[in-house]
Amino acid sequence: MSHLPDRAEAVVIGAGIVGNSVAHHLAQAGWHNIVLLDKGPLPDPGGSTGHASNFIFPVDHSKEITAITVDSMHQYEKLGTLVTSGGVEIARTEARVEELKRRMASARAWGIDSELIGPEKVAELVPFIDSSIVKLGFWTPSVAVVDPLRSGALMREQAQALGALTVSANTEVTGIETRHGTVSKIRTDRGDVETDTVVVACGVWSPRIARMAGARIPLTPAVHQLIDVGPIPELAETRSEIGYPIVRDMDPLMYERQSGADLEIGSYAHRAILHDADDIPSYETAQLSPTQLPFTQEDFDPQMEDALELFPEILNAPGAGIRHSINGLLSMTPDGAPLLGETPEVRGLWSAASVWIKEGPGVGRLLAEWMTHGSTEIDLHGADIARFYPNQRTTTHVRARAREGFNKIYGIVHPQEQWESNRGQRLSPFHTREVELSAKFFEVGGWERPHWYESNSPLLEQYADRIGNRPHEWDARWWSPIINAEHLAMRERVAVIDLTAFAQFDVSGPGALDYLQRMAVAQVDKDVGRIVYTPVLDRSGGFRSDLTIVRLGTEFFRVIAGGADGARDRKWFSDHLPEDGSVTFTDMTSAVCTLGLWGPRARDVLSSVTEADLSAGTFPFGTARHIDVDGVPALAVKISYVGDLGWELHAPFEQGMKLWDTLFEAGREHGIVPAGIGVYGTTGRLEKGYRLMGAELEGEYDPVEAGLALSKVKSPDFIGKQPYLEAREQGPAATLCTLSLVSNTDSAGVARYPQAHSPILTTSGDRLVDSKGRGSYVTSAGSAPSLGEYLLMGYLPAVYAVEGTALLVEYMGERYPVKVARAGRTPLFDPDDERMKS
Amino acid sequence: MKILVCIKRVPAPGGKLPLTEDGTDIDTRHIGFTIGPHEECAVEEAVRLADEHGGEVTVLSAGPPDVAQQLRYALSMGAHTGVLVEQTTQAPETTAVVLAEAIGTLEAEKGTFDLLLFGNESADAGNYQVGIRVACALGRPVVGGIKGIRIPDESTQVFLRREGADGIETYQAPLPAVAAVKEGLNLPRYPTIKGRLRAKKAFLRTIRPEVSPGNLRTLRLRQPPEQEQETVVLGHGTDAAESVVDLLTRKGLV
Repeated sequence: MSHLPDRAEAVVIGAGIVGNSVAHHLAQAGWHNIVLLDKGPLPDPGGSTGHASNFIFPVDHSKEITAITVDSMHQYEKLGTLVTSGGVEIARTEARVEELKRRMASARAWGIDSELIGPEKVAELVPFIDSSIVKLGFWTPSVAVVDPLRSGALMREQAQALGALTVSANTEVTGIETRHGTVSKIRTDRGDVETDTVVVACGVWSPRIARMAGARIPLTPAVHQLIDVGPIPELAETRSEIGYPIVRDMDPLMYERQSGADLEIGSYAHRAILHDADDIPSYETAQLSPTQLPFTQEDFDPQMEDALELFPEILNAPGAGIRHSINGLLSMTPDGAPLLGETPEVRGLWSAASVWIKEGPGVGRLLAEWMTHGSTEIDLHGADIARFYPNQRTTTHVRARAREGFNKIYGIVHPQEQWESNRGQRLSPFHTREVELSAKFFEVGGWERPHWYESNSPLLEQYADRIGNRPHEWDARWWSPIINAEHLAMRERVAVIDLTAFAQFDVSGPGALDYLQRMAVAQVDKDVGRIVYTPVLDRSGGFRSDLTIVRLGTEFFRVIAGGADGARDRKWFSDHLPEDGSVTFTDMTSAVCTLGLWGPRARDVLSSVTEADLSAGTFPFGTARHIDVDGVPALAVKISYVGDLGWELHAPFEQGMKLWDTLFEAGREHGIVPAGIGVYGTTGRLEKGYRLMGAELEGEYDPVEAGLALSKVKSPDFIGKQPYLEAREQGPAATLCTLSLVSNTDSAGVARYPQAHSPILTTSGDRLVDSKGRGSYVTSAGSAPSLGEYLLMGYLPAVYAVEGTALLVEYMGERYPVKVARAGRTPLFDPDDERMKS
Repeated sequence: MKILVCIKRVPAPGGKLPLTEDGTDIDTRHIGFTIGPHEECAVEEAVRLADEHGGEVTVLSAGPPDVAQQLRYALSMGAHTGVLVEQTTQAPETTAVVLAEAIGTLEAEKGTFDLLLFGNESADAGNYQVGIRVACALGRPVVGGIKGIRIPDESTQVFLRREGADGIETYQAPLPAVAAVKEGLNLPRYPTIKGRLRAKKAFLRTIRPEVSPGNLRTLRLRQPPEQEQETVVLGHGTDAAESVVDLLTRKGLV
């Protein structure tokens, strides 16, 4: 029995692959007094690590997940616990054939060696497969099987050898105490440990442990069924754990892998079976292990038929039977991504949850890096636990999305695909009007935002010759030509866009200016009424956010950030508040509604309902002031993400409806239209070359590369300043460019529209990789109706970031010529910003 | 040859069984169910006998509708027909009455079963009664604790073997007969995928007998006291030798 120290620098709860890896990497990073606890025994404490299928396919459509996976594979290999088997994903249907082509593009974009292969090659690799039902294979030679329990043990040993780690198995956490919102002590049935840092790496139990400290880790345990069939002579003959490539039978949402003499068959096709973290049996009452629940046969029967169809020969081998079958528990989150980072509720309480075997070691390394240095080498914005707003951390939401998301694990998920469950969480005051106008709603942060309005369909005829169409169903899915029509109506006349999803923070007090100077790259010390658009950097100089700061008074500022990343921004800003109380930080998001009013006639519309002087001389671009709009006091901000004359109008939430009606009434004679986020986030933005957080802007790129470096560097210090200065000194390793599609006709004569994440290649088809090892891919793509072009953005290595350079983009198995239309920030549409400044 | 195997739905082994708050039942929310190892051997033996002699294996289970799961499991091992006898109580005397009546119904339709197989005792209650009670009710010879069954070709006799305190006992009984078998009789097979898919679609006959509940009722269940196990380290390496000798001497082993 180990003795717990009275104090620890960090306590890691959970000795699965993730907890072991976190403890290991903390020790490597110089943490010297770490405690690793688990309620269960070692080496297999009974969590999901102990029953996982342990194979790794590196390719994912997400760059972040692929990078974490590749990092993990390197670590497993170094530990000697990785066996390369190769793996093939197979398509039985035409839809899946297309999906495999898309996966091939992702493989190329992220630099994984993969190949599309025909049924004959599949049969060669996996001789016992019925290849007559295979249409296409996606072959990745580096697919491997790992031993996560052994890896965890080795990681513990290494940390113990450094004298940095105390391991205590069979130790149950009974409480986590906090003081002033920060972790202070952890209570266990073997004594208490004082600490200000706790990592919850408890897999399916994480919500229960986090709750002890008053935080939420939004996941739910869900069942993944798997069975072992054997003994099968062909497999036994290999005399190895894994002698044949692993097969992912994607259409029935299954996988089959050799495990010694057995074939293990797993499924993500059955109904979502959710559990509650509080209801998982204890180690004592569990029949197999706490996370291996009794098999519910009827849920799996259809999958048996699918498996039998693909592997008739070996599954019918004489003597082969179902030797093992479980309902294994794994973690499901509202969006399927992991939950990493410090919880927004409790300082010092870190989450390392909802992580697959393929990501465990990488997650440990990155989390340790984050805990030690405050930033990570691989951008983790998609996995940051702080990404969820409070409404997205509720049990209702988690369960609804987990239920819906389960069958998407192996599903074909369109990048724009919208969730169906638990919709209508956050509604702007304009919602009723938007419904009346048949808005097509997309969700961000739980907000319902019109993406386009079906009521605008008459515009299609008006602009018929300029909006194009998308003949291929995939390209047109979650899209409408109405977006382009709304765009043109805005450029010609005037449009109103609902921007209520913005995250808005008021920052005030004697320390407000100094505080914001420290947060922002741009000079914030401007005259009252001026606005500043600024990058916000992390400690290593990568993008943390980009946002607008409005100076409303000498000690009073409004911070306006995008809705998609507002929850992370809120944490970042509140984490850095000075401790002396000199700054008051108020989240105004739910108090303010916002309409964008843009287009050449915006001033005509707004002038008719306000007495304020809106002339360019009195109310210039880049300024803000309070005006009355027919009795609605609004903060008018003259700025535009779509590059047109007009204002963001921020008003009291409850007066939103009046503001909407007033503007539409006044705008009628000017041909006002409502426009959706399709215009705001894509068409208008791309024509102006504006960057989007999470697409172009992320931690792995700096402002110099993004073309957002400012002409002067302000003298006050700010987060990321030193690396920012270095980046300016060194020059960009890659430059963000706007590309235009030269030809888009595929081999079948159909016009195609390449989407984000498509790899960008040389004209001879080679990957573009910059001096930092980053591959070029499309960060955003969309129509530019005013230019009559289709635009794509992406970072290109310096030699290719030259206007006019010819390149290729791979999309759905074919390659399309593109050319660099713009290197850097200058917009293609209205390059001198005359419209906005008019 | 017609063989009938009676099976019982019982909690899968491996964990400490959780009880309901009032302590009158097992909390079944998170536990799995199976048939006991004796009964698994009974099914296996029946399937082998039918393969050897030709004929049909019927499996029968009394209990709630959920016992269908266990019937289908037996079918996936190779049994041919499943019969579900609806019953709510668990008392062995009632179960025996119910089973005897159901067997009577089946035999009235299809003729007498040559052999009735039971598990020696159920894996959960362990009352050791049902097989014998059914045999008595039907007036057929019965032997318990069986680990070997042989029916010579064309014979009307069954040879039953069991391990006694002084050696192996072999019984000869005229068919129709009853045997209560024990684990070790054979090595039961795993169900095949094909077997499982066939079992899934199989029709299960349901019989609803009318019987009065028995006199045995569950008042309360209690977890057995935890067995304390203490490990005493006698020493390390050669230093331990003296203590080990001392201990062995005290135990009278040397």
